[in-house]
Amino acid sequence: METLLNDFSPGLFVMQTVLFLVLIFLMVKFAWKPILNSLNDREEGIQGALDAAEKAKLEMANLQADNQKLLQEARAEREAMMKDAREIKAKMIADAKEEATEAANKTIANAQATIEAEKKAAVAEIKAQVANLSIEIAEKVVKNELSNKEKQLALVDTMLNDATLN
Amino acid sequence: MKIAAYSIKTLSVLFFLYSAISFAGVKEENLNPQDGGEVNTQEEVTEYILHHIKDSHDFHLFSYTSDGERKHVGFPLPVIVWTSNGLTTFMSSEFHHDDAGKVIVEKNGVKLTKLHSKIYELDATASGVNFDAEHHPTNAKKLLDFSITKSVFGVMMIGLLMLLWFSRLARQYKTKQIPTGFGRVLEPLVLYVRDEIAKPNIGPKYRKFTGYLLTVFFFIWILNLLGLTPFGFNVTGQLAITACLAIFTLIIYVASGNKHFWQHILWMPGVPVLIRPVLAIIELAGTFIIKPFSLLVRLFANISAGHIVVMSLIGIMVVMKAELGAPGATILSFVLSMFITLIEVLVAFLQAYIFTMLSALFIGMSVAEHDHDHDHDDHGHEVPDAEDVRADFI
Repeated sequence: METLLNDFSPGLFVMQTVLFLVLIFLMVKFAWKPILNSLNDREEGIQGALDAAEKAKLEMANLQADNQKLLQEARAEREAMMKDAREIKAKMIADAKEEATEAANKTIANAQATIEAEKKAAVAEIKAQVANLSIEIAEKVVKNELSNKEKQLALVDTMLNDATLN
Repeated sequence: MKIAAYSIKTLSVLFFLYSAISFAGVKEENLNPQDGGEVNTQEEVTEYILHHIKDSHDFHLFSYTSDGERKHVGFPLPVIVWTSNGLTTFMSSEFHHDDAGKVIVEKNGVKLTKLHSKIYELDATASGVNFDAEHHPTNAKKLLDFSITKSVFGVMMIGLLMLLWFSRLARQYKTKQIPTGFGRVLEPLVLYVRDEIAKPNIGPKYRKFTGYLLTVFFFIWILNLLGLTPFGFNVTGQLAITACLAIFTLIIYVASGNKHFWQHILWMPGVPVLIRPVLAIIELAGTFIIKPFSLLVRLFANISAGHIVVMSLIGIMVVMKAELGAPGATILSFVLSMFITLIEVLVAFLQAYIFTMLSALFIGMSVAEHDHDHDHDDHGHEVPDAEDVRADFI
């Protein structure tokens, strides 16, 4: 202990105190302050960059979700439009069909009516012509038949025979 | 990175080599002029070691004997002493490497001599130093010595080196985010002190104290490493230096102590009133004496012990020459001192770390904001929290 105290140099202590104070002052001013500030800035910068990246990622994800949603909506809309179109098409076809059927029926009916009328006219004409012809034929036959007396008697006989049979 | 690793390896190899060479110089030291200054006995080894761990007034590299004359290689340092006639300065070369009070220098009207690395002023009438039975001078008194001793020189050198390194690192940040070159080695160390020592021990107010902690850490570490070089510095093994560092820490943590800190020292809450004055005495002693004392003694003792052990192991070369023969003793001492030097490299870092860590812890204890609602149980007894438990172990 005595040796230790004997070795303790007050002069060295004073020198060290002064030098160390100066050293602390200089180091803080020229080294530690700028270094620690720069390190802090850098760490904050890195943290900021990481945060920004995270935010960008989130925004990207949101954007993608939005896109997905839009796409889905578009798809649904297209789907709906297609469905409408299909329905309209079917309806139009059905309508057209119906109209066509109706028109056809009408035409057919007209045609039938015309045919009927024509037929009737034709039949009437034929009947008239047949009647005329019959009359002409009958006239000729009668003229022929009634030209001599024998034949007139024969006819009366025949008619009388028929009338007996009946 | 590879290059850095490689050069560090090379450096450390060179470093050990030089250390070994330097300490091997033991046997050539001038202690006994009759046999050319060789250190041959155990007593001479002991004396040499004790001489080495003291501060010295010149920068001595090595000595050799040529033509029976002892030659010393090194350079003198200025001596600045406060004598009875005021401040006196001269170069230490005027003592001609004498350390036994034989050479007397007359300057500024006073007679000065150097004895065991201390400057003494002789009484005006004395013509030589008289010793008493315990080898204390009887007609000379010790002076206040502001000399640029080897330690002061070391402190200045390391201070300049630190300023150079770290201000360059600071300037690098102005132009780029990531430092290059040597700054890349320094930056993780700065971050280490900030993140592993300052932040966890001090808490949110760490920033104010980080400058001091960084300075102390690098100051002690580099000086410890310097102590392992062949230049034989023993700066952190000087009581004056470690005492100064410890007092700096003491002043900082006392000056920054908050209300809770003083309340816990002077009037401990949560204990019976009668016990409080007793605790106050214990706490005051702990704060003002035990804590700084533990800091200063730990560093001083570890570094001095390291120097003594390394040099003693090298002394095996001399002491065991008779038993093992010169080659055997040399190999044994080389292997052992190599091993211990490796450990000393670790200790150099460890002591710097411990000093800084404890400084940070003490500062942290004086600025910590306690939340006392949670610290006391129903009976008013303090529930120990982690910090108190940790403090108990220091």
